[in-house]
Amino acid sequence: MSDKTAGTLAPHRSRTKVPEGTLYRGREGMWSWVLHRITGVAIFFFLLVHILDTALIRVSPEAYNAVISTYQNPVMGVGEVGLVGAIGFHALNGIRIVLIDFWQVGTKYHRLMFYTVLALWLVLMAGFVPRHLMNVFGEYWVG
Amino acid sequence: MSLTIENPRAPRTRRSPGGVNWEKWGWVYMRVSGVILVVLIFGHLFVNLIVGEGVKAIDFAFVGGKYANPFWRIWDFAMLWLALIHGANGMRHLVNDYAANEKLRKLLLLALGGSTAVLLVLGSLVIFTFDPCPANSPADLLPSFCS
Repeated sequence: MSDKTAGTLAPHRSRTKVPEGTLYRGREGMWSWVLHRITGVAIFFFLLVHILDTALIRVSPEAYNAVISTYQNPVMGVGEVGLVGAIGFHALNGIRIVLIDFWQVGTKYHRLMFYTVLALWLVLMAGFVPRHLMNVFGEYWVG
Repeated sequence: MSLTIENPRAPRTRRSPGGVNWEKWGWVYMRVSGVILVVLIFGHLFVNLIVGEGVKAIDFAFVGGKYANPFWRIWDFAMLWLALIHGANGMRHLVNDYAANEKLRKLLLLALGGSTAVLLVLGSLVIFTFDPCPANSPADLLPSFCS
């Protein structure tokens, strides 16, 4: 087995006591994997509910409007920030996973790409959150 | 299967020689559908949450207005199938990883497969049999083109 392949299977022989981590073992590789799983599960359960609530358009306008209006109250409005945050991370980190798999130097830059994911996520949320909260809390605005 | 981890250096074994490698195609599906879903879902979120009054504007008339155009029906149909199968396959991995009891694992996979099939059929029927102007409904709840 060449040194190159051995490097992907065994942890780095580092002089420091803190392990540097590989693609999935420890540090950025592991935490991105953990976040990908947690956000994935959260999005999956939202999707189940979302298909059912949208199905009410086939029942009656009154039924759909009654249920969708719960999405418009302030508590759910804050929840939607969490939902979009989860979707945004899962999407950006998903692209990172595709790049790790298919880009020649993907494994080399997987850590840098993780921080790029976090930076792009912040930009995405900076664009979404103020706009969304103004829509949700606009009527409570006094000024 | 879920309790033991194969030796990483064990030679590859095929369960059914010459058969379809479903795990490989599942792997491919996650990546292909994932990239398409980034476009579909970001577009969906932009149109429904950012444009105009965002979530406040969503009601029956809003959805009826969108579905007057077949473009959005196809968009949502593609999103439904790609996202739900993507999510169900992801959940399948979690069940395989964490359900230590074999009977529980089988039960969870069955529930997952059943609910996915039901929701795919339900969602598809809703998208393609939807009537934006149902009879005997108050006009103020319907899209403006109904009257």
